[in-house]
Amino acid sequence: MAHIQLGDDSLEKETTTLNLGPTHPATHGVFQNVLEMDGEKILSAESTIGYIHRAFEKIAEHRPYYQITPLTDRMNYCSSPINNFGWHLTVEKLLNIETPKRVDYMRIIIMELARISDHLICNGILGVDTGAFTGFLYLMQEREKIYEIYEEICGARLTTNFGRVGGFERDFNDKSIAKLKKFLNEFPAIMKSFESLFDRNRIFIDRTRDVGPISAEDALNYGFTGPCLRAAGVDYDVRAMNPYSSYQEFEFEVPVGTQGDTYDRYLVRNAEIWQSVRLIEQALAKFEKEPKGIYHADVPEFYLPPKENVYNNMEALIYHFKIVMGEVDIPKAEVYHSVEGGNGELGFYLISEGGRSPFRLHFRRPCFIIYQAFSEMVKGQLLSDAIVTMSSLNVIAGELDA
Amino acid sequence: MIQIDKDSLLTDLQEKFGSAVQNVVEPYGLLTFTTTKEQLLPILTYLNENDNYRFRFLTDVCGVHYPDNKQLAVIYHLHSLESNFRLRLKVFLPESNPHIPTVCKLYKSANWQERETYDFFGIIFDGHPNLKRILNVDDMVAFPMRKEYPLEDPNRIDKNDSYFGR
Repeated sequence: MAHIQLGDDSLEKETTTLNLGPTHPATHGVFQNVLEMDGEKILSAESTIGYIHRAFEKIAEHRPYYQITPLTDRMNYCSSPINNFGWHLTVEKLLNIETPKRVDYMRIIIMELARISDHLICNGILGVDTGAFTGFLYLMQEREKIYEIYEEICGARLTTNFGRVGGFERDFNDKSIAKLKKFLNEFPAIMKSFESLFDRNRIFIDRTRDVGPISAEDALNYGFTGPCLRAAGVDYDVRAMNPYSSYQEFEFEVPVGTQGDTYDRYLVRNAEIWQSVRLIEQALAKFEKEPKGIYHADVPEFYLPPKENVYNNMEALIYHFKIVMGEVDIPKAEVYHSVEGGNGELGFYLISEGGRSPFRLHFRRPCFIIYQAFSEMVKGQLLSDAIVTMSSLNVIAGELDA
Repeated sequence: MIQIDKDSLLTDLQEKFGSAVQNVVEPYGLLTFTTTKEQLLPILTYLNENDNYRFRFLTDVCGVHYPDNKQLAVIYHLHSLESNFRLRLKVFLPESNPHIPTVCKLYKSANWQERETYDFFGIIFDGHPNLKRILNVDDMVAFPMRKEYPLEDPNRIDKNDSYFGR
């Protein structure tokens, strides 16, 4: 539809400045965008971020390694186990710790569950933003089941503080395995009904097709990773390109889109959910073949011993003391490690000068890098499209501001 | 599909840029070298535009403060996606004059990351289109990621962190 053209001297040719946020029900989190509007059309947008900045990088320089895990929880809180394991894998790379295969498979199960829950939230809320609440309710129920599995294994639901350097703090119990199997049985049917509600829904397609598109070149130049980059047609996935935690043993596909618009991002996330289910099934089968009872690497100088051993066993007490007081030898080195988070390449750049805390720890947060393209993506679009675009970028305020 | 060979890349860079490629190390399999701020843009442009390398993806930009040497450093992580080759570049700057050219024109992803680095370390990226604070409040005067900046308010007397080894 053609935009109304007004003469330069027309009194009606005035633009409006609109503050979208910082707290606005349509932006899921604390985001402020100052929009310059001509009617309903966005002429320019400026994002202001930092509302929930908590100085994690500074705090990390003053905390021992095992106390940094809870900081990573609070970055992308929709998929915190991936952040936890990403951090543990970084420290393990620094210390040259090789984890047993069983630990790798356990990690993959949890990480893929986290990816599913991350994508469920994003796509469910995308439905809400386009006016369809039902799909969201379906998916929230499934996310609840994922959280129950977390709860069974680590005791927490949202900010999980999963595992330790070297593995897990305890083994999967029978109840968690039963819950996981139940989830794998029931989830595909729910997911199918969600897809049948949206995939070919006329209203949904009209609201998302060609909304907030980005070309592959621009996406790469803007440093996009994860589903947003793959929706633009670039098949970059850290799990496939730089496999960690034994991903190289698994069969999975990297789904890609073609248009890079909101609808493609939605489709890519759905396809990734199916791939994650596939990965969990494979990992569970491999996990059950491994000898039971191994849930951490044998590295007593870095792995916090169980509390009951600390009280009853001299060696465990010594190691506990050494780890907590930072008396273990950490090599002076720098290491970069990245994992495929819910939104893309989640990188940890760690400089160690020895000692109990990192000298410098930098988080490469995919949301932070993706979100800077937002103002260009919404230029010339309608206000309602900007909401949908932001929703499909899945910008998580905690990860954006760190 | 291109293949990047570590040694030939290094020889090529050393031939082309001579002494601007220093301190070549490879911690944990990631090729790392130090360069100067004058040669940073030429090197990045060369790596980006040369069809044998195509480092079109800037993974990360971040700063580091070395108070003992009175130096600041800017670290660039590059990635050539086609050959899946990663590269790390470092530029050291004196604390007294922390100026470095921006790489925004080559990589748009550097925009906010350079702002973040400025915000936390006070490193000034010359030619940046919008160099202002990004995560901290605009009227902050200090650069909080520098080592001399305390983690907590130093005037507090109700806490003694030395008990906790920090």
